Amino acid sequence: MVDTTLTILVIDDNPVRSAILEEGLREAGHVNVVRLDTTHELLRRIWQIDPDVVLIDLADPSRDVLEQMFQVSRMVKRPIAMFVDQSDTSMIEAAVDAGVSAYIVDGLKKERVKPILDMTVSRFNAFDRLSRQLDEARSELAERKLIERAKGILMKSRGIAEEEAYGMLRKTAMNEKKKLSEIAQSVVTAAQLLG
Amino acid sequence: MTPDGALDLLRGPATPSGNRRLRLGFMPLVDCAPLVVARDLGFAAAEGLELDLVRETSWANVRDRLVLGHFDAAHLLAPMTLAGRLGLGHLKSPLLAPCVLNQGGSSVALTTALWNEGGDWGGFDDPRAAGVTLARVVAERAARGAEPLTFAVVHPFSIHDQQLRYWIAAAGVDPDRDLRIVVVPPPYMVDAMVSGAVDGICVGAPWPSLAVEAGVGHILLTGATIWPGAADKVLGVRETFVEREPEVFAALLRTIDRAAVWCEAIENADELAALLGRPEIVGVDAAIVARTTHRVIVPEKGGAPRPMPGVLRFHGPGAAGPINRPRLADGLWIAAQMLRWHQIHDAEAVFAAARVAFSPALWDAALGRPEISAEVDVVTPFDGRRFDARDPAAWLAGLDRQ
Repeated sequence: MVDTTLTILVIDDNPVRSAILEEGLREAGHVNVVRLDTTHELLRRIWQIDPDVVLIDLADPSRDVLEQMFQVSRMVKRPIAMFVDQSDTSMIEAAVDAGVSAYIVDGLKKERVKPILDMTVSRFNAFDRLSRQLDEARSELAERKLIERAKGILMKSRGIAEEEAYGMLRKTAMNEKKKLSEIAQSVVTAAQLLG
Repeated sequence: MTPDGALDLLRGPATPSGNRRLRLGFMPLVDCAPLVVARDLGFAAAEGLELDLVRETSWANVRDRLVLGHFDAAHLLAPMTLAGRLGLGHLKSPLLAPCVLNQGGSSVALTTALWNEGGDWGGFDDPRAAGVTLARVVAERAARGAEPLTFAVVHPFSIHDQQLRYWIAAAGVDPDRDLRIVVVPPPYMVDAMVSGAVDGICVGAPWPSLAVEAGVGHILLTGATIWPGAADKVLGVRETFVEREPEVFAALLRTIDRAAVWCEAIENADELAALLGRPEIVGVDAAIVARTTHRVIVPEKGGAPRPMPGVLRFHGPGAAGPINRPRLADGLWIAAQMLRWHQIHDAEAVFAAARVAFSPALWDAALGRPEISAEVDVVTPFDGRRFDARDPAAWLAGLDRQ
């Protein structure tokens, strides 16, 4: 049974990731999800929102701001603790590995929070995977373009066919134990230097 | 998985050179210097270590990753070790402070607006005179119904917070009732001064100098004057690391000690500033960092540099023995401040935590026990209210009788 009465606050400067997380939480039946993508007036906003669970990106320096807030009981309406159960370090490990931290209203039962944290961890991990794949795809594209340019330069300067130019690049890369794109880069750089 | 299990999995393999790899967390502040120098100038390699330094964005992250075993050791706020041992606000973890990384790294800076509002602050670095002006400004604001002053520190468990509160309270002002103390991450401090969100800051170098250089602040006081010789940042470790690998741990202490000698030497000040200024370390103009490494403070933009011998000490003798050697007095003094400001109520627990975390035994075992008389185990803040580590509760009781 999903607990739909909890107010969940997501503090993340990455709007795409926080949207993905919010969507996941809403699909799971959590209607009270609030996203803050800016740290402006953080304390006042948290006071107003009065969340049961705060999820924050570990890369956000405002974590230290929250720590103070949760230290001083008059700054929040209810006492807040970090994580639910001190003994459950695996949950904390998984969260820190995924790059997220959680603060939870004191006394909230583990069974109520665990699904939320699991969802957060899996969405953060999925987002990380996607960004990495996107980066890889981008750099692959850039490398292919570079190799095309190097081939063109060789074909023109040496008057050789495309296949032969590619063969030269590959042979050099193998001999020098370097990546094809690195050799292509040096050909392009050399061509630029030599005009 | 327990933190210790995670530790085993994450334990770095031997490097190709055969050196033992250790991962250390740090925050972008000048006082991370001994770790950076240990890695980059060969001090670690000389002890058979390879240091993998990870820059973090919050003290909370440094602490969590140390507690979880992602880090073998870390650049840590001294009071955080006690908070960790007591589980205040986060996971309870047996942290130790076996080595003090520096003394006197922080300063109090005011916005130009507050500087002008106060008028005469009694010159540079005079906590008594500045306190009189602070009390007047606070009273004037209260009388005309204006907003109370807001000061920023970096974390509730920091000596910046404790030094600032000490100075404010010594002026007869209640830091909880008469003004506000908020947490602002160091890189946002200058912006917070520009926007008027804060009226003053107490933070480690280079951030106060950056506020001066940006033309938004004046450096008023140094932490080294508020409490001469108190521990600032420490090397934080878990007890399990020391127990499982006592030799690797001892090698780490020796490495940091040698690196700290290099950091302390004034002839290395420019090179140190260049090492720290790099984008991946502190990421601030080396010329600004060099002020601190040369131990000078420029209190106002375009002003004359003032030599400050107590600012940012990394190594060498202090009034109470080698400055890097943890002292029970440091731990108990910090514990007394936590009690004074109601961060914890159980005096017995926090004093016990301090006696373990700041025990000099590990330092003495690795680097040799110096000749020190027990007489010097005291902290004497600027107002002369001498703290004797043999009876920390008496000092607190003395405050109550005021």
